[in-house]
Amino acid sequence: MATETASPSTVIEDIPRKPTVLGTLGAFCRDNPLGAFGGFIVITMCVMAIFAPLLTSYDPTDNDFGAMLSAPDWDHWLGTDQFGRDLLSRIIYGARTALLVGFVSSFVGCFLGLILGVTSAYFGGRFDLLFQRVMDVFMAFPLIILALAVVAIFGTGVFNVIIAITIPVIPRAARIVRASALAIREMPYVDAARANGFSHARIIFRHMMPNVMAPFLIILTAQVGQAILIEASLSYLGLGVQEPVPAWGLMLRGGAQEYAESAPWVAIFPGLAITLAVFGFNLFGDSLRDWLDPKMKT
Amino acid sequence: MKWKTNILALPLAAAFAVGGLAAPAVAQTPKSGGILKFVVPDEPPSFDGHRETTFALIHPIAPFYSVLIRPDPQDPDNPEKFQCDICTEMPKPTDDGKTFTFKIRDGLKFHDGSPLTAKDVLATFQRIIFPKEGISSARVAQLAMVESVTSPDDKTIVFKLKHPSGAFIPALAAPFHFIYSKAKLDADPRWYEQNVMGSGPFIFDVREAGARITGKKNPNYHHKGQPYLDGFEAIFAKTQTLRVQAIRGDQAAVEFRGLPPKSRDDLVAALGKDITVQESDWNCLLITSPNHERKPFDDARVRRALTLAVDRWGGAPALSKIAIVKTVGGIVFPNHPLAATKEELQQMAGYGPDIKKSRDEARRLLKEAGQENLKFTLANRAVDQPYTIVGTWLIDQWKQIGVEVTQKAEATGPFYAQLRSGNFDVALDFNCQSVVNPLADTTKFLGTKAGDQYGRYTNAKIEAIHDKMNKTADVAEQRKLMRQFEKIVLDEEAHNSISLWWYRIIPHRSYMKGWKISSSHYINNQLDVVWLDK
Repeated sequence: MATETASPSTVIEDIPRKPTVLGTLGAFCRDNPLGAFGGFIVITMCVMAIFAPLLTSYDPTDNDFGAMLSAPDWDHWLGTDQFGRDLLSRIIYGARTALLVGFVSSFVGCFLGLILGVTSAYFGGRFDLLFQRVMDVFMAFPLIILALAVVAIFGTGVFNVIIAITIPVIPRAARIVRASALAIREMPYVDAARANGFSHARIIFRHMMPNVMAPFLIILTAQVGQAILIEASLSYLGLGVQEPVPAWGLMLRGGAQEYAESAPWVAIFPGLAITLAVFGFNLFGDSLRDWLDPKMKT
Repeated sequence: MKWKTNILALPLAAAFAVGGLAAPAVAQTPKSGGILKFVVPDEPPSFDGHRETTFALIHPIAPFYSVLIRPDPQDPDNPEKFQCDICTEMPKPTDDGKTFTFKIRDGLKFHDGSPLTAKDVLATFQRIIFPKEGISSARVAQLAMVESVTSPDDKTIVFKLKHPSGAFIPALAAPFHFIYSKAKLDADPRWYEQNVMGSGPFIFDVREAGARITGKKNPNYHHKGQPYLDGFEAIFAKTQTLRVQAIRGDQAAVEFRGLPPKSRDDLVAALGKDITVQESDWNCLLITSPNHERKPFDDARVRRALTLAVDRWGGAPALSKIAIVKTVGGIVFPNHPLAATKEELQQMAGYGPDIKKSRDEARRLLKEAGQENLKFTLANRAVDQPYTIVGTWLIDQWKQIGVEVTQKAEATGPFYAQLRSGNFDVALDFNCQSVVNPLADTTKFLGTKAGDQYGRYTNAKIEAIHDKMNKTADVAEQRKLMRQFEKIVLDEEAHNSISLWWYRIIPHRSYMKGWKISSSHYINNQLDVVWLDK
């Protein structure tokens, strides 16, 4: 009787190789060129923020009345504002403010939303019902309105702007995460964990939360762009960060309105920076969603 | 008596010298009719002129009221030209300059038809000078020289002073001193906070909160033939861009507070002969007030270092291109006879001609005070012109001596709540007055005694000098005392430091006639002499 036995080498070949980080990135770029472009913008912003002092020789807060409202030239590539401050330096340093506010408020808001959303789904019943109604109240307000209300209470400044943006992000993240967590709650392994007598905290943090990471990452990336936009809006309205801190929205407020006709560069470049940043984060976030969503792959 | 002429002439003596930058108007016969539309940057906190101190009240509300006396609308900065509004003639002081008796016009009526008599004037000034508990009056200190106000009959009002004072008539002419109805005040002393009913050139018509206030012509106005306008519309527009565009698009003829040079240039370029520009030095200044109750600002060395760091002479030309500030000065309105000359200013901390030397001295003082790495927050109003612009400039100046400053700009309400509570390091406050009157205007620098000084300091020496200055009739002596006062306030103790004096630029539609700029955005807003040449 002839028998066929699979050779060990054949078995190894049948097990799919774990993709490398570079390979994964390559696949992402190949499948999502627009997302890759968004990612490139995001990375460029991060590099600008981290290496700002190396990228420009001007201090972004130094007044130079000898160079007030200079048009773009070799000394000031993007021109200067009404205080003679170098616009390129202020945009580069402004990336720090944008990313600090964007990342911190989105991360903290989404993380709190993650915990609250999964907890709400896990316990279900009256707790879920009541908790979701509270979320409904918060979500009834447009993001910018709620942020304005928070700033009105806490005052202006970077820290308060972060709080102002974080609070409206929480219910939005919680609602999305909860939707995924409701399905996971019904999985046999969650029942098994309960049957084993694991604590609620252990089930929520160790067994449910890791399985809702995909929607969490998607909402996180989407919210960074939104947070940057809200920070710029608040600063533009005079309710965000304050002069002389370099921040894109503040640059639009400062001289852009008054000098839009005679020195358009004062308005154009910060506006372009905001547009590109939000565009980059949105492209990246959308592509990430498509890439992580198994339905989109089919 | 010689002092009377001198002392009465003094308060505005210089204002007219710098105020007449507008092209001389060719005399024209006023035309009647039309509605004047103007933009106002903010809404009035209440309608009570006795309580408020803001242009946001004066611009839309002053046209509804009469006052006892006022600067001549056609020559508002001339110290010789105060004129009667509801009185018959400017009185000559008697009793060695201590008594002023005004006769009230016949046939005056409030808009509700009730007669206006000296009893109403008496009730008004009793409320302003001697307010009862629970009534807020903003100008008690400026009329502190008044001992009593009486009304022997329905046509006479008598002010008796504690001592002769050249500051009295200019203080009396403040445009906030609306004449109220005694009957209304008797019924409810706070009635005028929420209601409007005067005897001025226009009758209150409509108020749409957040949008506009309108007035219609008072056919029974006591200046015969006036007002020329059929009515006015005050449109509230918080953003400067909106206000400039309103003038450019002819949705409004003017904004009476003042616009920055850039807006003037844009309007002139866009409208050419259709826009007329009037400019004047402005009786307004920004004051840096360190909180003396908070360390390290209780140390005069730290306060002096902050003023020494500021390059006023270097900053003025540049800032005047982007903000409504222009003139370097001390505590007295620039060019006034009581004001310091450039040479006198240069003897004080922060006004020296050599900024490097000043900043070296500032660093030395900070080191001596153990504050080489000083960091603090500058409390400021969230108003671009000129607050945040000057605040941003000051932060850059302080950075030159190694001081790191964060700006916290807040809306007017929270800003002043913060100042009143004392919860701040250093604040950027203002001192805007109406009729140029240095003896009264400088009360702001008296410390906590002033009532509106947020630096939270007291100084018996400057109080004594100020008191002496107000009681002397000798102008030379007043000037000498003013220098001593200024030296202590701005230099030795550096209780306050002054950035720059404001500069008023009013571009208005050329069809608006009859209105003359003054050194104050509070003056000349009854609009009874304004007319439209359309």
